[in-house]
Amino acid sequence: MSRIPVTVTVNGVAHRREVEPRLLLSDFLRHELGLTGTHVGCEHGVCGACTIRLDGAPVRSCLIFAVQADGHAIATVEGLAPTRGTLSVLQQAFQDAHGLQCGYCTPGILMTVSAFLEETPDPSEEEVRHALSGNLCRCTGYQHIVDAVLLAARRLREAR
Amino acid sequence: MKPAPFDWHTPGSIEEALALKARFGEEARFLAGGQSLVPAMNFRVAQPAVLVDLNRVVGLDAILAEADGTLSIGAMARNARVERDATAGNHPILAEALHEVAHPQIRNRGTLGGNLSHADPASEMPAVMLALDARFVLRSARGARDMPAASFFLAPLTTALEPDEMLAEIRIPALPRGAGTAFLEVARRRGDYAMMGVAAMVARDADGVCTAARLAFCSAGPTPMLAPRASAALVGTRLTEADIAAAADLARQEVEPMGSVQASPAYQRHLAGVVAARALRLAWERAA
Amino acid sequence: METRHIGRPLTRNEDPRLLTGRALFVDDVELPGMLHAAFLRSPHAHAEIRAVDTAAAKARAGVLAVITADDLGEYWKPGPLLVPPPPIAGMTFRQRCQVPLAKGVVRHLGEPIVMVVAESRYVAEDALGDIVVDYAPLPVVGDLEAAVAPASPRVHPDLPDNIAAEVVQRKGDYAAARARAAHVIRRRFLYDRGASIPMETRGIVAAWDGKADRLTVWDTTQAPVVIRNGLAAMLGLSERQVRVIAPFIGGGFGPKMMMFYPEEVLVPWIALRLERPVKWIEDRLEHFTATTHERGQIHEAEIALDAEGRVLGVRDEFLMDTGAYNPYGLTVPLNSQCTLLNCYDIAAYESRFRAVYTNRTLVTPYRGAGRQHGVFVMERLMDAAARVVGLDRIEIRRRNLIPPDRFPYRNEIIFQDFAPLTYDSGNYAPILGKALDAIGYDRFVAEEQPKARAEGRHLGLGLVMYVEGTGIGPYEGAKVRVQSSGKVTLATGIGTQGQGHFTAFAQVVAEQLGVDPRDVEVTTGDTDQFDWGVGTFASRGAVVAGAATHGAATAVRAKILKAAAEHFECAEADLVLEEGKVSIAGVPERHITLGALAQLANPLRGAVKPGTEPGLEATSYFGPEMGATAAGAHAMVIELDAETMRPTILRYVVVHDCGTVLNPLILAGQVQGGVAQGIGNAFFEQLAWTEDGQLLNASLADYLIPTALDVPRMEVLHTETPSPLNPLGTKGAGEGGAIPVGALFAQAIEDALDLPARGIEVTEIPLSPSRLWEIAHGDG
Ligand SMILES: Cc1cc2nc3c(=O)[nH]c(=O)nc-3n(C[C@H](O)[C@H](O)[C@H](O)COP(=O)(O)OP(=O)(O)OC[C@H]3O[C@@H](n4cnc5c(N)ncnc54)[C@H](O)[C@@H]3O)c2cc1C
Ligand code: FES
Ligand code: FES
Repeated sequence: MSRIPVTVTVNGVAHRREVEPRLLLSDFLRHELGLTGTHVGCEHGVCGACTIRLDGAPVRSCLIFAVQADGHAIATVEGLAPTRGTLSVLQQAFQDAHGLQCGYCTPGILMTVSAFLEETPDPSEEEVRHALSGNLCRCTGYQHIVDAVLLAARRLREAR
Repeated sequence: MKPAPFDWHTPGSIEEALALKARFGEEARFLAGGQSLVPAMNFRVAQPAVLVDLNRVVGLDAILAEADGTLSIGAMARNARVERDATAGNHPILAEALHEVAHPQIRNRGTLGGNLSHADPASEMPAVMLALDARFVLRSARGARDMPAASFFLAPLTTALEPDEMLAEIRIPALPRGAGTAFLEVARRRGDYAMMGVAAMVARDADGVCTAARLAFCSAGPTPMLAPRASAALVGTRLTEADIAAAADLARQEVEPMGSVQASPAYQRHLAGVVAARALRLAWERAA
Repeated sequence: METRHIGRPLTRNEDPRLLTGRALFVDDVELPGMLHAAFLRSPHAHAEIRAVDTAAAKARAGVLAVITADDLGEYWKPGPLLVPPPPIAGMTFRQRCQVPLAKGVVRHLGEPIVMVVAESRYVAEDALGDIVVDYAPLPVVGDLEAAVAPASPRVHPDLPDNIAAEVVQRKGDYAAARARAAHVIRRRFLYDRGASIPMETRGIVAAWDGKADRLTVWDTTQAPVVIRNGLAAMLGLSERQVRVIAPFIGGGFGPKMMMFYPEEVLVPWIALRLERPVKWIEDRLEHFTATTHERGQIHEAEIALDAEGRVLGVRDEFLMDTGAYNPYGLTVPLNSQCTLLNCYDIAAYESRFRAVYTNRTLVTPYRGAGRQHGVFVMERLMDAAARVVGLDRIEIRRRNLIPPDRFPYRNEIIFQDFAPLTYDSGNYAPILGKALDAIGYDRFVAEEQPKARAEGRHLGLGLVMYVEGTGIGPYEGAKVRVQSSGKVTLATGIGTQGQGHFTAFAQVVAEQLGVDPRDVEVTTGDTDQFDWGVGTFASRGAVVAGAATHGAATAVRAKILKAAAEHFECAEADLVLEEGKVSIAGVPERHITLGALAQLANPLRGAVKPGTEPGLEATSYFGPEMGATAAGAHAMVIELDAETMRPTILRYVVVHDCGTVLNPLILAGQVQGGVAQGIGNAFFEQLAWTEDGQLLNASLADYLIPTALDVPRMEVLHTETPSPLNPLGTKGAGEGGAIPVGALFAQAIEDALDLPARGIEVTEIPLSPSRLWEIAHGDG
């Protein structure tokens, strides 16, 4: 099977690999690059666990082939914290509000919400719930996730 | 759930893309946003030997308003962009309906052309295209043709596209004078395909009389469905509650819902009347 | 009890790892030379396998092994019976456990037939497409009532019929109670199948290390110690040679328990044979048929009351769909049977159930594990009874609550923990009162609902009660050690799937040792760290492992004080243990850190005193004599769109009594998550089968789990009636949130549409708008 060279910038670092066209971007990130923070829960676009940002926009990494990401910039959960050992404002809010239980859905939710809060810095609870509606969480019942997003939004506004 | 192997081509121009499709024919599929095709490939219900990836084709994603008021949308315009685009904003029903199509993450990737080519009878946008009387431009290495949206959808997941053809452009005419539109659906959860949905367009004159009406449904049969009798019954009325109820009743008779895991055909038929009445009220109000 | 750490809403120790993407889940394990397994699964619910042709698969490049049942030789054995039935007089129990690969016949959709191991998962799946199986479809046993008819085809032809088990249990004399009754009400109730759908599917990685002579297995299991012991026995290895690690797990909810799933048995086996690491990760499509389900039951129930609405007795007879095999014995139906009496003082009960084999995926416990069925039946009967007797639905409940002076309250029948069902402690009236206040019951009935009705809006209120048998045995253990750094480690044998054990247990340790809970490092689910215990299920983690942790921490505390008293040559009573050091009361400058004390307890020269052990370390075990019974009430107000039958939940209140609360933040999360699953179960989730046993909605697009827009904001309130059964006074809290939601929905919907006034009742779960529309139009 032919392999195709791809160069992808992930969290600011360029990676070059040769891959089969059919390799899913989610598998590429996790198993080629070892960035296992991006999770896989369905491989048909519904659960949102694999959500990453492609050139800034949150998308499902299970529905994109790695070869399609050639030349693009990707952000994953591993790139959210400013430095190792610290948490971003958003991540900290998730800890403070108990916005995760098993934590499996969490990376996808963080990537969705990081984009959402850039566009909507002062969201209502209703808007937050809409923004979260494409990410399934089976553990939390969402309430603490909603609280975490509202808390992060407030802290981000106050920091500005 | 890993896709079967395929050969991948990334043409940079429409001509190249069409040449590839002409060469591989049924063996090949266009890859647009991949939000329907890739899940199907992951389940291995689709195993195309060749993918012609349209994502690097230049000039297939323009959104333009033409002099006569026609809105032209390139097939590769991403749904999230159509939803926000100011030009497309002249047809607010596009954003209103797109808001019901999946979730932002899916719309960031999925395209209008891909959505329409996929021809899922439960899908929102095909019904919207019918209500707006859109025309589709189909291109192949042999040339181009265009057809009304109503002729494009043949059966579930089946369109009038020939194996070498691409849906290149969606052309939406200006709305009639005094028109108002509305899209409404009933789905189990936000972002799910509708159990029943309707796109409504009504126009009123200065005297408050309805001059034009088009109702189109999704999840109402094997293809998106116009309800011509219900629509015709509205013209000449003032859309009083009685007129709306009569039209909704006709619509209920016109739809041919097939039932699904989520809804029985009888319930879907009932819903057709409900959403028709609600959408008509809303569209009429907006037409004012 | 005056506490320093227990009961505080401490944020979680485990979160930073999870939030930065650095927590290890099974699929994150990457080993050099790792191979990937995939399984060919039955596309039929019931079929004879005539031939399996694997030649093309074997010939495919990149394929290392293609294994059928015949290739397994002696290793091919039905799985173990995991939970033997308790001794109940007169019962029937016919054990049939799942096999690693189907031989000759497939009995449910998704049953594995062939295992392929290849260089990548992609290639392994390609090879599945090369395999040709010749099936002869057999008649499918699907419908529960048809399955028990004499003429039904059989799932296991060697059995006389499809009955897997039959149990009758009695309390008091129902016939006499019925004879005395002023009212006898009979209803039929349906509760359909659902699935737990954790966001992480199952997975397993097995690696044989020839040099160390050891097998390491990473497994998404809730019970690593049990799996370790079982795998060692099956593979002919000593327990020392097998290490099972349950790392971070993306949700368990029951089906990831100690199943000995086919893949769990086969992947270690093939890793040993090939001497290469092998990974199998279940995909979502597989998950829908290969991971166990729960829920399908049909009840015929009867309640007998006196003229004042006091319940004299209940009789229930139910069928329970156990799927094609039943490795979990009677756990689920016994829970239904034992939870049915709920929080009410009922003198007479007669219950018979039959567990029925069907050609469907296996049924094992899933959050609630049959309890919701019992609660649904009882609460629905109460609502029907209230109308017949002419009482308010709250009043009839109030009249029948077990009074606080009757605890421990004995229900006489045998529970899943083999002990006669006894409620250890409880005080139910305050729970009801708090729920009424919080939901605004009086105002709703007097003003809100009449006003809405006048406006043509359909508002309904639901309020139901439940009990939850939790914290059952047999036992768990914990080992606590003070390190020379002054930090404390705790190891237990249970696995953790998001319940916050890293934090709640740290609080229990910190409470005793006077350290910062952040300085307590908790390890769960690694048999190299601790290898006694059973697992996380039946809301038992916090109760049983928590109590063991408390025991170990208490013992270490004693060691610390003894060592410090020797060091300072003072009496233990004069010592203060806090902030990571021991000091002499009133003389804070005379202190020693726990780290220094730990070093003293591990002398490098000289010797430890005879009769003492080195180190500040202790291991403790806890086995409760029986389960602790938690209780609660849920209340909600919904608005129903009477045209579309879509409900909107306007208010939701939970009042929960689970004894002593270790961490209210974590507890609230557990309850909220449970409610969300309950809402899914009550309104969104239903597996849809065709007559020939195909599953129509095996995807997350079609099997609907609730989103952030479907779950309301909830108010979670507590009452605290400590359990006398363990030193911390805790009761389990993992399942309560999910248990009463079906009954709650049914009541609220009836109320919103005023259905009973039209002679219509809601007697089934799950509901959907489509189904509700039929019910409301008299198509019950
Ligand atoms: C979780 C989830 C929820 C969804 N919910 C909805 C929903 O509620 N409503 C809804 O309408 N959709 C929904 N979708 C589908 C989504 O809208 C897709 O984006 C859309 O249907 C397909 O668009 P695409 O650009 O991704 O096309 P692709 O998936 O790339 O292609 C779809 C099909 O069209 C063909 N094709 C694509 N472009 C062209 C072209 N220009 N000419 C000819 N053929 C072409 C492809 O070969 C393929 O057969 C959902 C998807 C997901 C994953
Ligand atoms: S794994 Fe991509 S959306 Fe579920
Ligand atoms: S925290 Fe477990 S799925 Fe969200």
